[in-house]
Amino acid sequence: MSVDADIVSTLAGLRLFSDLDRPELEEVAHTFDEEVIPAGQRVLRQGLSGSNVYVILEGEAGLVLNGEERATLQRGEFFGELSVLLGEPPTSDIVAKTTLRCLVIPGPQLRGFLLAHPEVMLQMLLSVMWRLRTTLAWLS
Amino acid sequence: MAELDERPFPPGEYPVVVVGSGPGGLQTSYCLKRLGIEHAVVSQDDSPGGMFRKWPIYQRLLSWTKPDAPVERGTRAYEWYDHNSLLGEETGEQALVAEFMDRTWMVPSRPEMEQGLAAFADRAGVAVRYGCRWESTRQEDDGFVLVTSDGAYRCKAAVFAIGVTDPMKMPIPGIEDVPHYVETGRPRDYEGKRVVVIGKRNSGFEIADGMVPWARQVLLVSPRPVAADVLATSTVRVRYLQPYEDHSWGGGTFALDAAIERIERTSGGYRIVANGTTYPGALELEADVAIAATGFRTPLLDLPDLGCSTVKQGALPAQTHHWESATVPGIYFAGNATQAAAGLRKHGVGSASAAVSGFRYNARLLAAHIAAKHFGHAAPRRGLGRDEVVPFLTAELTRAPELWTQKSYLARVVGLDSEAGPTDEGIQPLAAFLDEGEGNALAVAVEMDDQARIYPALYLRVGEELHEDHCPPQPLHDFETDGYRAQLEDLVKRGLG
Repeated sequence: MSVDADIVSTLAGLRLFSDLDRPELEEVAHTFDEEVIPAGQRVLRQGLSGSNVYVILEGEAGLVLNGEERATLQRGEFFGELSVLLGEPPTSDIVAKTTLRCLVIPGPQLRGFLLAHPEVMLQMLLSVMWRLRTTLAWLS
Repeated sequence: MAELDERPFPPGEYPVVVVGSGPGGLQTSYCLKRLGIEHAVVSQDDSPGGMFRKWPIYQRLLSWTKPDAPVERGTRAYEWYDHNSLLGEETGEQALVAEFMDRTWMVPSRPEMEQGLAAFADRAGVAVRYGCRWESTRQEDDGFVLVTSDGAYRCKAAVFAIGVTDPMKMPIPGIEDVPHYVETGRPRDYEGKRVVVIGKRNSGFEIADGMVPWARQVLLVSPRPVAADVLATSTVRVRYLQPYEDHSWGGGTFALDAAIERIERTSGGYRIVANGTTYPGALELEADVAIAATGFRTPLLDLPDLGCSTVKQGALPAQTHHWESATVPGIYFAGNATQAAAGLRKHGVGSASAAVSGFRYNARLLAAHIAAKHFGHAAPRRGLGRDEVVPFLTAELTRAPELWTQKSYLARVVGLDSEAGPTDEGIQPLAAFLDEGEGNALAVAVEMDDQARIYPALYLRVGEELHEDHCPPQPLHDFETDGYRAQLEDLVKRGLG
């Protein structure tokens, strides 16, 4: 029966959820499903509508743009948020590089969840800013 | 003198072994047999029906079967109006649950469901070795050995249709003294009592619904808030409605959002110490009775030790698009556990695989997949005339029960090879079509967005390129009209080049 406690402590260890207290973490664990994706399988599909947001709990994923791998995503990182928040299909594939375990936040629930948990919204904003900073540094 | 054991499938070597005699096991065995794949079926139970031999505890299902419907009973289109019967290909094997319903309600009672399943096993001749308990598993050579109470079974592929039936409790201090849902008494046993139900999923609301007419007060507690908008379109609303309405109007029933810290025994019953989630703050609830409606898990025995990874805090086996263990090839799942093969979850909408209506189709596709992958039985591909393609697809979108039940999960696929001409490639998991398919082809699915709008979705693959197109919704869900035909024709033309 310790597995339920495990997911709560796993979530507590991720930057995205680091500002939530124990009852809030339990709420997250009870609200969103986990999904295990076998190595080699796509999680996010370039150009297809209606996708969701995934937070990596375990394993690695590759960001693949037009068939070419551009980046590796690891535990604690998340993807799909741009597509969901902008209401546009993903602009790249995300493919499991190892067996990948993710928390899935259904697209239509993301806004409500972030508004109810501004701490998570701030962490998400910070992550996106770091990514933007890296991109700008690369461009210059 | 020892009695002669006349049960089928004595221990030994079989190409495939199916474990379980609930709806998932029966459907898988039926479909394997139709494909000519030799297999054994073993079950610890002594009769068919699986969980429906005892549950739901208050004896009423959630899913509809409409004895009279807009289409004739027993036809393929009728399956959409009958979410509980298994799929038979011969007259006499179809729509059997409808036959046993007394029409008190459009959802069958538990005994009616059990009778329908038993009639299917009987009339379709699904043989099962009852009273044979699967006890452990090991990998050997290129297959598996399943050790049972009757002896060892060797096989190339094993299908576990073992339900999601093991009572599960959350690790809350003190919960060991709280009875689980499966130990719930009759509603009248709770007369005049204050009852705390731990859990706000199906089983929690089911018992609350049964108790509200008897109990003094019912309080449901779990960390997750009830999503009222999701509820409106959910199949479980028939159970949620009464207690949730009572909660919404302040009628004495409460659906509380709180994480329980501990449960204490008191002289009169229980004290539940919790912290609010939606409304933060400490909560202390005194109750005469507490019940843990905290869900179920698949009784996987030693499969996790064999390497089968799990999801939902260990409750369900993780699976591929074809219901194979995500981590141990050759181990497959059927029935309720196939809900863990989530598919695309488009707009957050999950599959119907937790219910008979959805997993009966998964079982049929699983049998075909096993036949193709392990035994080289390629599924027959029917050639379609060029003029047949569009009317065939609009008819499928309008009436195919697979597409209507498993929205954005199962699709009808037509191959569009310019030289061979169009071919019907059958029903396929949509995710498998998108991720694993090859060659020019068109897949059509019925989808529902987050506003509960139902519309046809079309996926065209040309070479490596995927293109997604949506059709507008139609008030009577009739897609056999000129606008839809034109939209499909355009894609078929592009696919054929």
